[in-house]
Amino acid sequence: MTRDELKIKITELLPLAIFEEGGEWLNVMIEPAEWLPFAQQLHDLTDLKFDYMFCLTCVDWKTHLSMLYHLTSTTFRHTIVVKSKLDRNQPEIETVSHIWRTAEFHEREVYEMFGVKFLHHPDLRLLILPEGWEGKNPMRKDFEDPVNMIKL
Amino acid sequence: MYRQSEIVNDPSKTSLLGDEGTDMIINVGPQHPSTHGVLHLVITLNGEAVKKVEPHLGYIHRSIEKMCESLTFRQFIYVTSKMDYLSSHMNNHCCAMCVEKGLQIEIPPRAQVIRVLMDELTRLASHQLWWGALAMDVGALTPFFLAFREREMINDIMEETCGTRLTMNYMVPGGVMADLHPNFQKRVHAFIDHFKRKIDEYDELVTDNIIFQNRTKGIGYISKEDAISYGMSGPAARGSGVQCDIRKLYPYEVYDKVQFEEVIETAGDCFARYLVRMKEMKQSISIVEQLIDNIPEGDFQAKTKAVLKLPKGEYYSRVETARGEFGVYIVSEGGTTPYRIKFRSPGFSNLSALDHMTRGQKIGDMVAIMGTLDLVIPDIDR
Repeated sequence: MTRDELKIKITELLPLAIFEEGGEWLNVMIEPAEWLPFAQQLHDLTDLKFDYMFCLTCVDWKTHLSMLYHLTSTTFRHTIVVKSKLDRNQPEIETVSHIWRTAEFHEREVYEMFGVKFLHHPDLRLLILPEGWEGKNPMRKDFEDPVNMIKL
Repeated sequence: MYRQSEIVNDPSKTSLLGDEGTDMIINVGPQHPSTHGVLHLVITLNGEAVKKVEPHLGYIHRSIEKMCESLTFRQFIYVTSKMDYLSSHMNNHCCAMCVEKGLQIEIPPRAQVIRVLMDELTRLASHQLWWGALAMDVGALTPFFLAFREREMINDIMEETCGTRLTMNYMVPGGVMADLHPNFQKRVHAFIDHFKRKIDEYDELVTDNIIFQNRTKGIGYISKEDAISYGMSGPAARGSGVQCDIRKLYPYEVYDKVQFEEVIETAGDCFARYLVRMKEMKQSISIVEQLIDNIPEGDFQAKTKAVLKLPKGEYYSRVETARGEFGVYIVSEGGTTPYRIKFRSPGFSNLSALDHMTRGQKIGDMVAIMGTLDLVIPDIDR
């Protein structure tokens, strides 16, 4: 599907979705509560088939966090970027690790680095950081650590 | 090592017996020859069969993404060599391409060809090391020395042109850092002539070896659907029949002008992944041969400003490294440093499939499975 066709299709699924202009791919902004059913549709619908998640990450915008999911279809080769704004004080979103298995590790990484809580994640623990780092989120913009220097 | 102690101090695990009284928990790594770096795996065994593999990461985590937030668009590229140190040219390439995308810099044809040549030589060097290490993992020591003999020639070529042998930092926004060394073409020709003969020796020694085939055929199977779901890429995914070569799907530089095939095997086991890399080496040789005598004259670098400022926005670019799809996602606020950088490393996604692939397999086959995934730990931890 081309970018415009995708846009029409997504509007059918989510009439309230906001599209962000610019960028290489179609960017869709959704509410965190809409994510799980929407993700299932993106993966399952026969004309979308977004079966390959090649990037999952988070950006700290100081006022809020933004989750990003880069999805592509190995059948149709179309790509979409789904974004969702999260509350910075209590970031929560449903896990999609049962839809795209790669999300399990990526979500654990975002959990420890940004403190995003993935609801119903099968094994939400620290992945890279050592024990005792729970609650401290080093990739957030306001994180300072005088011992482990991460700013140059 | 804190994680080691964590496991020993847990009373339920000190007896080495798990929940059902028959399971055994063993730690492989972080210092273990078969993990090729500081990877720590906690393996639950039932007899000899693997029930669960749990990777514990972070022993070589340097928070490169956070570090990059305080480096300029010229500086941050140097740090990326230290992630996948066997594909450092491709990592640099991807980052340079992402910055060029943001600044809309067109790079000169000479630089494009040099970049592709360097990428393919790096891929050869990386696959050679993988071949030697895999054979060593499954019990054959000679191949390791043979692989290093040929790899040394590539390292020498790199040293002459780039100044270093491993972390080259040769690609810069706008092209490459310096022109090719006068000896470059001569040396590459000598290497290709030598290696074309030797790769048949590789096949005779290992590929056709019945012991090696018994160790790898039917081991570590992963289906095409699972490989896609686990986000696998590179030779590991192509062994399961996934079409995922970035060079073919989203051609960059001169990859759409050279003739090569995307190698795909469908068996999905260790031997299929092995064959993909072996055939890929032959494809890389062919690409180098097509380009080495056709390097266009001209500049090796486009004119760029001394201080690079990426316009506000988001940029994503990807390349095919020796291990798979490497992506860089840059968020820029219009300043001289990136606001946020995410590196999508191929090893991280490939590792996530390890648990799935090893379930039910024998503990002795773990090394073959890990070997054919071709994990590079700094690439996973970042």
